[in-house]
Amino acid sequence: MLKIKNLHASVEGEKILKGINLEINPGEVHAIMGPNGSGKSTLASVIAGNEDFEVTKGDILFEKANISELSPEERAHKGIFLSFQYPVEIPGVSVTNFIKTSINQVRKAQGQKDMPANEMLKKIREKSALLEMDRKFLSRSLNEGFSGGEKKRNEIFQMAMLEPKLAILDETDSGLDIDALRIVADGVNRLKTKDNATLVITHYQRLLDYVIPDVVHVLMDGKIVKTGGKELAKELEEKGYDWLKEERAEMTS
Amino acid sequence: MELKDKLMSSYLAFEEQVDLENDIHEVRNKAIKFFEQTGFPTKKEEAWKYTSLNSILKEDYSIFPKKEDAIDYKDIKKYLIHDIDTYTIVFVDGIYSSHLSRTTHDKLDACLMSSALDKEKYKPIIDKYFNKIVPEDSMSSLNTAFAKEGAYIRIPKNVVAEKPIQIMNFFTSNEAALMVQPRNLIIAEEGAHVQIIERHQSLTDHPVLTNSVTEVYVGKNADVDYYKIQNDRITSSLIDNTFIKQERDSRCSMHTFSLGGKITRNNLKFYQHGENCDSVLKGVTILEDKQHVDHNTLVHHTFPNCESHQDYKGIFSEKSVGVFNGSVLVDRLAQKTNAFQSNNNILIDDTATCNSKPQLEIFADDVKCSHGCTIGQLDNEALYYLRSRGIPKKEARALLMFAFANKVLSSVKIPEIKKRITKQIALKLGVELGFNL
Repeated sequence: MLKIKNLHASVEGEKILKGINLEINPGEVHAIMGPNGSGKSTLASVIAGNEDFEVTKGDILFEKANISELSPEERAHKGIFLSFQYPVEIPGVSVTNFIKTSINQVRKAQGQKDMPANEMLKKIREKSALLEMDRKFLSRSLNEGFSGGEKKRNEIFQMAMLEPKLAILDETDSGLDIDALRIVADGVNRLKTKDNATLVITHYQRLLDYVIPDVVHVLMDGKIVKTGGKELAKELEEKGYDWLKEERAEMTS
Repeated sequence: MELKDKLMSSYLAFEEQVDLENDIHEVRNKAIKFFEQTGFPTKKEEAWKYTSLNSILKEDYSIFPKKEDAIDYKDIKKYLIHDIDTYTIVFVDGIYSSHLSRTTHDKLDACLMSSALDKEKYKPIIDKYFNKIVPEDSMSSLNTAFAKEGAYIRIPKNVVAEKPIQIMNFFTSNEAALMVQPRNLIIAEEGAHVQIIERHQSLTDHPVLTNSVTEVYVGKNADVDYYKIQNDRITSSLIDNTFIKQERDSRCSMHTFSLGGKITRNNLKFYQHGENCDSVLKGVTILEDKQHVDHNTLVHHTFPNCESHQDYKGIFSEKSVGVFNGSVLVDRLAQKTNAFQSNNNILIDDTATCNSKPQLEIFADDVKCSHGCTIGQLDNEALYYLRSRGIPKKEARALLMFAFANKVLSSVKIPEIKKRITKQIALKLGVELGFNL
């Protein structure tokens, strides 16, 4: 589904990603872990099409098509979804109006008519219940004054509504207490099918207790330095990242 | 001939048309003398620092339109709020158009200033209210000097006007250029309720200059809800002078939608004259293409326990200019005043200009007053967030601008106006959004 080949990216001339190779197949959950500043969020942004980042080398293929040149909205239309680490507050647009606009714009791009109002309403009810969201929450301004947990729940609600093929969860566990974490993780798990894929980006192993990855990658200094199964996450939790740094230093010397 | 000289000589001709015995004429004489001394305002005056009238004063305006140009309802329908029942007072080139209007004397007066000024039965009211709260400034004085026609609205005690009243000024102009000076008087007596919509709309590309004065009296516990729709052609300019006096326990809200015109100046002054008054001043300004809008507001708090809320939003692009100069004056006696003012602006590109100048003068020591003004760009992060959800750039920009203006629109009490303004904003932004804000 997603194939990243020798991806290099920089922001304001500073090289962040230095040759990423990654392949994710339908039905898989991948986790990318790594210390702060290793380039995890940059990778998420580059896949989603954030124009602040410049791809200097390499390709991003999604369902075999090169998407490196596509705008963020075009990528969303293809079925890529990014759950933001810091969702933006937009006063004056309610959660409901936002998600309606979003869904209908995606449908428009795919040559479909607007979703009928009753169908939309039913879906909003169903998906907000999945995330245990209060009805009042839906009429509030998007992310304005939301707690950290509410913001993340709202991100997963949007994901549930949009039903993307590839969902990228960027530090979705940060700022969540244990109950919110469980609700969010349950939501993610229930949205999993054999046809979609999930890329979980996290600093900590905590979320991976709930959303079990098939593959774990460790990102350091803009490169994937180690790939393994879910046990790799546990190992990182116990030993930290230092041993990998040392291992890497030995390899490069 | 300079416009000022032309106006001075026109005044002599004007005196032949009006009743010189009427007490009002003394008021006019005094006003024209004041205007003769001061002339048009210039940028040297603090209140006009950011707005020069030079470009519009050089036209050779006709001061008296020759005759009413016949226009049909179909020509003006789209400018009216026509999907609900209203009283409508229509002027074409400053002259009352009876066949386009729907006036009334039943329960309330929604009719003409000219008859109110002339007819004996209105004299006590004219004596009590006419030109009583208009400050001596050059543009208002000029209007007073030529005061003759406009809307006269009086809602008697405890009457709730069941339909909004529209004051519509259209310009067809047989003349090359036209100057008009409507004079409106609105009186909501104790406990009365009224909604008013005012619009100035040119139907021609000849230059039009409107210098209008509106006096609004809001009686005890009365409620006036007023909407000004300013979306005129790039050849038309408007100097709107609106003065509002509120008695105790009254509410008055003014929404000003400035979406088009060459130069638009809104002098909007609220004078509170009793306890527990509530004054609301809101504005949405969206400009492009060298348009210029100047909001000059004042709320004068003179009694304790009153409130005022000012909220003006502006979006400017393509060499357009926005000015906000908002004053709040709290007298020593006006304890427990709650006065809020906010002015937020977005500059779409670097050719647009915005000047924001809040002025708070507070002489009471137990008050809550706040003000804030911001000038910025559209938030790029928010734009990216919306786009990442599949909303294309153009629509995402529009959505953010809507969201920005939404706070002002949310207090509009007439749904048809809200719908209309939302649609006009969407049209300006060249998008269609799948919902109403």
